[in-house]
Amino acid sequence: MSLRLDATVEERGYAVALDVADGETVAILGPNGAGKSTTLDLVAGLLRPDRGAVHLDDRELTGRDAWIAPHERRVALLAQEPLLFPHLDVLDNVAFGPRSTGTARSDARESARHWLAEVGAEDLAERTPAQLSGGQAQRVAVARALAARPRLLLLDEPMAALDVAVAPALRQTLRRVLADRSALIVTHDAMDALILADRVVVLEDGRVAEEGPATEVLTRPRSGFAARIAGLDLLRGTWDDAVRTADGTAVHGLVSGPEPATGDPVVAVFRPAAVSVFREPPGGSPRNAFAVEITDLEPHGDQIRVRAGELAADVTAYAAAELDLAPGMSVTFSVKASEVAVYRT
Amino acid sequence: MTNQRQVGVPAWIYLPALLGAVLVLLPLLGMISRVDWPSFVDLVTSDSALTALGLSLRTSAVSTLLCVLLGVPMAVVLARTSFPGQGVARSLVLLPMVLPPVVGGIALLYTFGRRGLLGQELDALGIQVAFSTIAVVLAQTFVSLPFLVVSLEGALRSAGQRYEVVAATLGASPTTVFRRVTLPLVLPGLVSGATLAFARSLGEFGATITFAGSLEGTTRTLPLYVYQLRVTDADAAVAMSLVLVVVAILVIGVARPGRVAS
Repeated sequence: MSLRLDATVEERGYAVALDVADGETVAILGPNGAGKSTTLDLVAGLLRPDRGAVHLDDRELTGRDAWIAPHERRVALLAQEPLLFPHLDVLDNVAFGPRSTGTARSDARESARHWLAEVGAEDLAERTPAQLSGGQAQRVAVARALAARPRLLLLDEPMAALDVAVAPALRQTLRRVLADRSALIVTHDAMDALILADRVVVLEDGRVAEEGPATEVLTRPRSGFAARIAGLDLLRGTWDDAVRTADGTAVHGLVSGPEPATGDPVVAVFRPAAVSVFREPPGGSPRNAFAVEITDLEPHGDQIRVRAGELAADVTAYAAAELDLAPGMSVTFSVKASEVAVYRT
Repeated sequence: MTNQRQVGVPAWIYLPALLGAVLVLLPLLGMISRVDWPSFVDLVTSDSALTALGLSLRTSAVSTLLCVLLGVPMAVVLARTSFPGQGVARSLVLLPMVLPPVVGGIALLYTFGRRGLLGQELDALGIQVAFSTIAVVLAQTFVSLPFLVVSLEGALRSAGQRYEVVAATLGASPTTVFRRVTLPLVLPGLVSGATLAFARSLGEFGATITFAGSLEGTTRTLPLYVYQLRVTDADAAVAMSLVLVVVAILVIGVARPGRVAS
């Protein structure tokens, strides 16, 4: 099943067009308020756009004169919380979809057992939702969504509420069940995008900021948000033998991909670990130097991540102590040109 | 004992709290002290007492059923939809709760009574509402409905719509969602709302006596019977009052506020 969404919601400043091809899983990334939930609501039929349409294959779900009710869309939603119906046992929760669409009780239960087995939760069938752990409940919720035989699966940060310890197992299950399904998954997590999605759409301020194959977007980000969740520093500018940023700074780096022409929009991307931090501007070295003010310090593995607005630098705890770094302090971030990748956006 | 963390309350606050509790409980003790225990069983099982009790239970059961049939849809419309004037509608639904019941009785009389708004139409159909058992049920439903609506609307709001959204995306039609998800989720709220409505119906006096009168076997419910006995047979009035107190305590057991919240 293929999805085509092209919709505007004035009140939320939302104007997005995106596609999901047959059998494709698309991850939607973006900061809070970027329009990720709005996208799911539009597809599920929980929200009417001011303009635009939603098509699933040739069927117009939402349009100028078309409106298919949520329960007739065959679009199942898996939310951040499992939301298993507390008054039904696990088996009847999973059988809910088939039962609702007119399948006889015994057939629905048989189908429920099949889908529970599919997610490795067949031994939970007789339990009530209150007797399940968070990971088990989300596994059952996946089975319940699949049992409804949706044409498109919507996943709204399905791993966000889980313990770090149980998320990987569920991620593997999702990877298996999403393999040849059409699905749209909202996530904050680069790993979810890389493992589960074929393609990534980054939303910022209700617009598509960039899209492309997951590995491409996360290794060569063109939007600030994609760079942030990939853990990379990104500076935007125009090309004149260097990346000229809006404040006039020139960032030197190695051009990857097609050679940009003067005036082309380009980005300079580098790893925070490649950035050095100085109290005094370093003199006479062939490095890129940016005068910045530290906004935040946070532990990052065995290092300290020094944030300065959009930029980040990783230094050792020893270096951070030696330099006596603190938020509000003016320092210089410096990165070798050989560590900077420059490409067109 | 619980081990909840708490800061102390001012010591003096126990005094007015205790006075309040005394104000509520002392009259009950006063009444119980006047019960004529040797003849208690005879008093509460006299023919007229049993007739009044039976009528009260039957009419209250029917009006509770009506409250559920009408009040559940009202609560759902108030909690799950939005329409112009909804705030006003919500306030008007609560009106019978704050209105003096006798005013409700007058209003019903001039609507369903013979010379009321619908009186002639009903008369033409051969239906005489006022001063009949139907009038008792109507009066009880009128005053009890808000209790069920308020209690259930609160339960619906606190349950939220998230389960209903999931159910719809699983292919459940609005009717299926209502039947298989919404109702089971708010069942505790519905039970306590219905219990409160039943209790209110059982205690209904003012609207009933105004709109239905006090005819033995037809409209003389237990509260009306007690009111009348109070002059002629104080012992019987006290005994029947005790029966009503026991019923009220049972009702509180089923519908105590803590259960509404959960």
